[in-house]
Amino acid sequence: MADTLASPAADGPDTKPAGRPLVYRQALATRITHWLWAASLFFLLLSGLQIFNAHPALYIGDQSGFGFDNAVLEIGARRLPDGTPQGFTSLFGAEFDTTGVLGLSGGERLQVRGFPAWATIPSFQDLATGRVVHFFFAWVLVATLLCWLGFSIANGHLRRDLAPGAADLRALPRDVADHARLRFRHRREYNTLQKLSYFGVLFVLLPLMIATGLSMSPGFNSAAPWLPELFGGRQTARTIHFAAMLLLVAFFVVHIAMVLAAGPLNELRSIVTGWYRTDPPAADETKE
Amino acid sequence: MPSSFKISRRGLITGAAVAGSGALLSGCDAFDSVADRSSGLRGFLEGAGNGLSYRIQRALIGNHSMAQEFSESEIRQPMRPNGVTRPDDQTYLGLAANGFADYRLQIAGLVEKPASFSLSELMAMPARTQVTRHDCVEGWSCIARWTGVPLGHVLDQAGVKREARYAVFYCLDTIERGLSGEVKYYESIDLVDARHPQTILAYGMNGQRLPVENGAPLRLRVERQLGYKMAKYVGRIELVDALSPIALGKGGYWEDRGYEWYAGI
Repeated sequence: MADTLASPAADGPDTKPAGRPLVYRQALATRITHWLWAASLFFLLLSGLQIFNAHPALYIGDQSGFGFDNAVLEIGARRLPDGTPQGFTSLFGAEFDTTGVLGLSGGERLQVRGFPAWATIPSFQDLATGRVVHFFFAWVLVATLLCWLGFSIANGHLRRDLAPGAADLRALPRDVADHARLRFRHRREYNTLQKLSYFGVLFVLLPLMIATGLSMSPGFNSAAPWLPELFGGRQTARTIHFAAMLLLVAFFVVHIAMVLAAGPLNELRSIVTGWYRTDPPAADETKE
Repeated sequence: MPSSFKISRRGLITGAAVAGSGALLSGCDAFDSVADRSSGLRGFLEGAGNGLSYRIQRALIGNHSMAQEFSESEIRQPMRPNGVTRPDDQTYLGLAANGFADYRLQIAGLVEKPASFSLSELMAMPARTQVTRHDCVEGWSCIARWTGVPLGHVLDQAGVKREARYAVFYCLDTIERGLSGEVKYYESIDLVDARHPQTILAYGMNGQRLPVENGAPLRLRVERQLGYKMAKYVGRIELVDALSPIALGKGGYWEDRGYEWYAGI
């Protein structure tokens, strides 16, 4: 079986098409929503880090401990006894020297700030603008998610392509092994790990982001005080919002790594034009 | 597929990839222009985002939903002061020197009969006490107990005219001393929030008189919005039908510096 699998180098769009059929893999709605998510998550991440920088600490509970300690993460700067400035990050009480990245950054002209200038929009400290950008793209994200859900139910994408079934779960061990060896089957269908990760992002992480985001809104809290309490209080919701951001960044990194490993031009083409070059049918022993 | 299609498709993909990586490599100062308060893009993002938040929240949560109230045991620390904490204005220092005995809250603008009230008159009015969570725009929260007179009751003493839409709060503290002179803090809320039962003019905090750093003698509590809406050191309340003639036109000190007027999110 292994020798029939396409190697990553052999699947550029100019590969001889004979026996490797182009299939229409991604509907227009899937492609448009994909890029709307890509853009809105990019701006949400960088404006979110700007907002975080206004108070670079995370807590557990309803409130932030100033007279008591309920912080789980704190980023700051201080001066060491010998006078040198140091950026530090404290995570569950363990301290790390993060000078240059967290707490204190900026090369020649060091600045006290949580995340560095290259990770925030705007690059300088500007909470008001961070909020304007964040809430605009939060609406874009929510609208995109609702449109996507409607289209994906209507055109069968959700049921056919995304929902993991029993067969997918049975195939999971082999799929994990294939990914670990960077062996990819190029089929119209998503593999098990793809289904699980896309499903997890769309039905767990993004809704969790929206719910924990709304938990921080004092206006929305008055209508649904149970929502922040569901997460253990407004400040815990803020902490979960941050943790879910880290998971989304991790998803992005793996997603890009997989695209590069599986053949970036073919993968990009399918999410831009919809057309995807698949392996020769003989290479695919599963039912079609 | 004809080969010309493939080439153009590949060109498109390559172009998109180059443009995408270019945006990433150039760093985030690529988007710094959005910080320009007068730019059209900024106005669009703010109008669309904040406008939607305001309208949808008002429609969703209604005018009467109540902010969450907590038990006394949730008060675990002193209320964190923020913004101006030691006003150094002569008028204010003079009032503070004798315990605000000469302080009077002015009610003016679109009211039937402009009025003013001393602190003891305000304290003799019906009072409301609430343990609530103060959410700062910076991201932190702090729970405290607030005691004061419902703003709606005070407004009724002066009789709000039908055309009034907003209550504007003029404060006794100077928050900015710049080239263009001194700026005293100012804020505004609409009459929906002004008449909300939890909107109070607080003179007490955590069982004591309101401390100077938290806004003595009188501060606003608007529990369904963020902290910067809750003006401290309130001296005068003016009822108006539009916010545009006030200062830079956005309805508050922070609003005029780029923050949202509706701070329910």
